[in-house]
Amino acid sequence: MTVGLPGQVGWTPSELELGRRAYRRSRGRRSTLVALISTLAFAALAYFTVTNSPGWPRVQATFFSLEVAKDSFPKILEGLWLNVQVLVVGGFLVLVFGLAIAVLRTLRGPVFAPLRILGTVYVDIFRGVPLIITLYLVGFGFPALGLQGVPTSPFILGTAAIVLTYSAYVAEVFRAGIESVHPSQRAAARSLGLTHRQSMRIVVLPQALRTVTPALLNDFVALQKDVGLISVLGAVDAVRQAQILTGQSFNFTPYVVAGLLFVLLAVPSARLADYVSARARRRQQAGGLL
Amino acid sequence: MTAVLSCIGVVKAFGDNVVLRGIDLSVSEHEVVALIGGSGSGKSTLLRCASLLETVDDGQILLDEQDITDPRVNADEIRRRMGVVFQAYNLFPHLSVLDNITLAPRVVHGRDRADAIDQAHTLLKRIGLSDKAAEYPDRLSGGQQQRVAIVRALAVEPRVLLLDEVTSALDPELVGEVLGLVREVAAQGMTILMATHEMGFAKQVADRVAFLDAGSILEQGPPAQVLGDPVQDRTRQFLSRVIDAGRL
Repeated sequence: MTVGLPGQVGWTPSELELGRRAYRRSRGRRSTLVALISTLAFAALAYFTVTNSPGWPRVQATFFSLEVAKDSFPKILEGLWLNVQVLVVGGFLVLVFGLAIAVLRTLRGPVFAPLRILGTVYVDIFRGVPLIITLYLVGFGFPALGLQGVPTSPFILGTAAIVLTYSAYVAEVFRAGIESVHPSQRAAARSLGLTHRQSMRIVVLPQALRTVTPALLNDFVALQKDVGLISVLGAVDAVRQAQILTGQSFNFTPYVVAGLLFVLLAVPSARLADYVSARARRRQQAGGLL
Repeated sequence: MTAVLSCIGVVKAFGDNVVLRGIDLSVSEHEVVALIGGSGSGKSTLLRCASLLETVDDGQILLDEQDITDPRVNADEIRRRMGVVFQAYNLFPHLSVLDNITLAPRVVHGRDRADAIDQAHTLLKRIGLSDKAAEYPDRLSGGQQQRVAIVRALAVEPRVLLLDEVTSALDPELVGEVLGLVREVAAQGMTILMATHEMGFAKQVADRVAFLDAGSILEQGPPAQVLGDPVQDRTRQFLSRVIDAGRL
């Protein structure tokens, strides 16, 4: 039926298999074509609906002015740099605090009860309070205390507020991951004589991290746009820049520019998140049609 | 006798690793065929290809003379005519035993609810688990779960039953009850293709035994011949190892 085997030199599939492959290829081409045509049709429909609406010329001039976009771009990009800084510093701190709180919440034994309760209360509060309120409270409340050494920079206070809120979310993600590691793993680690801390660090956390990476990346994408909220504290970031420029020109294009820049910032991490979860799925169910 | 399931020159490779090297095997109506062989010999892969969980890389698999490896066929329609039982039971943990059994008859075959429940109760009675109908799978022992899984596969009245090492995950004392059920199902005339490590069971129940080694069927024939007086050295070697391990 066949000449040799796959992987061997000179192997050729049978006529039958070649026919099946040709059929699958043609089906593949057909679905690509269908996808392409339906996408184009939809895009054309959306385009004509929008551009033929009565208010379109006004909207185009106030939201999509190429000239204003060009003028505002450098300043907004400069503002975005601040957002990126907040993102990097904040993202790192969120990971550290989130993990610490998650581990606190999994501690057993009555001695740790205060820490456990502290962790629970913290998560309850900061997951519940809207980020913008935390921003106001931290950003305007702390400096108002007038204490010596309390920073007044909106960059630091904004980052702190974001870290407070996101650490609570990320702690819950970590905790879900820790709890998803089967108890038998902990039993095996403890029966080898590892302490609670050692089994956590060497056995449980590495497996937990693997499970929660897609969820963490998702939170990171959310963080990328929420860093724009530090503008409410007066930090001159991309959003604030856009606001200033809009105030000067009475044209909303700078907001569109800032929005597009945030999207560009988010796309790589979104693709990375896709890739990581696809890889995890492949590892879990090697091969198979379903 | 006509073949219910036949494999013709089936080749399957995962990347460079060729797992099936041209398998020819047919299972006739009411026949029980046992696939034996070491781990990695390709038994499970052959069953996964037959149940359309994997695509073949060459060759054909026919179910009732219909080429099911043809990409034009509706794979869901083919799977409806087969029953598959997995090594790890694969019962749905969020559904009761009764719902596990009635799911496919109701949702896939459009059977009336009351009708499907009646049938499930009959099947459960047959395996002595009538009192477990409302329980969830995690409340059952491994042997009970696997018997429910077999009954779940039978509930759709398949043309052929594919069993993939159905006792490998069980405690030795629970193996008997599952094999007992398979024996009973076979005696009632079900066409069965099974991969198994239970040589004694294969000897008793199978009409034919096929020995797989490195993706090829080295020999096949009546159990007494293949297991008692094998022609191939590899088969002899394999069996002596099995005997050493106390499994025959």
